[in-house]
Amino acid sequence: MSPFRTLAVATLALTSTWAAAQTDVNLARNLAATCANCHGTNGNALGKDVKPLAGVPAANIVGLMAAYKAGAIPNTTIMHQIAKGYSDEQIKLIAEYFAAQKPAQK
Amino acid sequence: MTTNSISRRRLLGAGSALAGLSLAGCASTDAGPSIGRVVVIGGGFGGSTAAHYLKMWGGNIEVTLVERNASFISCPISNLVLGGYKQMGEITKGYQGLRAMGIKVVQGDVTAIDAAGKRVRLADGTQLPYDRLVVSPGVDFMNEAVAGLATPAAQAKFLHSWKAGPQTVALRKQLTDMRDGGVVAISIPKAPYRCPPGPYERACMVAAYLKEQKPKSKLLVLDGNPEIVSKKGLFEKAFKDRYSGILEYRANAELREVDAGNGVAKLEFEDVKADVINVIPPQRAGDLARHAGLINANNRWVNVNWLTMESTAAAGIHVLGDATMSAPAMPKSGHMANQHAKVAAAAIINQLKGLPVNATPVVMNTCYSFVSKTEVVHVASVHQYNAEQKTFVPVQGAGGVSAAASELEGRYALSWADNIWADMLRA
Repeated sequence: MSPFRTLAVATLALTSTWAAAQTDVNLARNLAATCANCHGTNGNALGKDVKPLAGVPAANIVGLMAAYKAGAIPNTTIMHQIAKGYSDEQIKLIAEYFAAQKPAQK
Repeated sequence: MTTNSISRRRLLGAGSALAGLSLAGCASTDAGPSIGRVVVIGGGFGGSTAAHYLKMWGGNIEVTLVERNASFISCPISNLVLGGYKQMGEITKGYQGLRAMGIKVVQGDVTAIDAAGKRVRLADGTQLPYDRLVVSPGVDFMNEAVAGLATPAAQAKFLHSWKAGPQTVALRKQLTDMRDGGVVAISIPKAPYRCPPGPYERACMVAAYLKEQKPKSKLLVLDGNPEIVSKKGLFEKAFKDRYSGILEYRANAELREVDAGNGVAKLEFEDVKADVINVIPPQRAGDLARHAGLINANNRWVNVNWLTMESTAAAGIHVLGDATMSAPAMPKSGHMANQHAKVAAAAIINQLKGLPVNATPVVMNTCYSFVSKTEVVHVASVHQYNAEQKTFVPVQGAGGVSAAASELEGRYALSWADNIWADMLRA
């Protein structure tokens, strides 16, 4: 590894540490709350027409959102449009938050 | 240090005769000292959500919600009541869910906000001290902008029905009382106004009712804007395919004057006589914001710091929803007010705890509109905070509108309503 590259990696590491220090510990919670209007508070959706997200494994949500972004889900109405509004990092945080939520008893 | 400052505040609070008022009936069961007192004024989409999320996320926090009405009545879905497809009871919800989680819900009118003294006064003399205040005042109408509309008689005749409640019932009655062969007019103000697609959804619901029940009648849509403001292609298609022969749309038809005696709406170049004239007047931030001196944008809206929703006119006062000077391409909608509330709740809790606020908030909007009693179209957008521009910016390439109206989205629309009402009111 060249000295320049080492320096670049070190700088990146420092930058990441700095950014992490600035990140709100509740960022995942806050991002997930933007989904609640349709998918229910903490992902506990009411009714049968919208998927509840509470307790769904994070990998499933991440995979589905990636497929929506890629236009790979047929006959979707709205989620392909909304998925594109979030970065992959944000989707990962949202998915992890919902995975950790307890599904409400129905 | 944080603990010290909280202890000091609580000590001062305990020494105040006012403190007991805010504490009565809302002692939290969470362990440890309260992180602070938040008063929320306005129990609509913004204020109710703020109260819910402050309590849910804040733990031991004292939250008081002040609302003038006994129940919440939803503007979204209220156009279906006008069409006869929903009843008022289906869009009316109580505050019991918020009470059950330990929020003190006070029915009352706010007469003064003392920003320097950090307290709110109600009409019955009650004083509510706060550490941080949330104001979600909605809109009020600029009746003075339309000649002849300032009198109570004119306002009783030319209903706005742009706040769901008695006016929704009254406009429905005007429609059902009207003879077959009558003329209905809907006047739409220039943007910005509450709920950009709402007037066009209303036009569809009124036209659907006339088509079914009074097919000799006409609906004139008098739009003050140069074109349909939201979901243009979808509404144009609905007007043409479903309601041709009944609905006539006119662009650039700004209302100048009303004549209550003769039932006439006066536009720039013509007078329109109609049996029922629904005037949606131009709007501004609610009276509460005006009286509190918060309006500082175009003499109509409230500028906010989008990281906290705090008013730029008064420290410690967070303003939500339609009353704000909207960020670029951000709609004045109930959905957006709910999203504002979550940004504010997260920020307020951090501020009370002495923590930095989230530097990268996101909000999004979904709005469903009925074009028939079962078929719906949507518009959606996602808005990320931009630190350089210090505002929310819509994500390019994301969001959009329906490909076509569908009954599937009709089901989604009703599901959206149930879920957002629960997300606000826990009911």
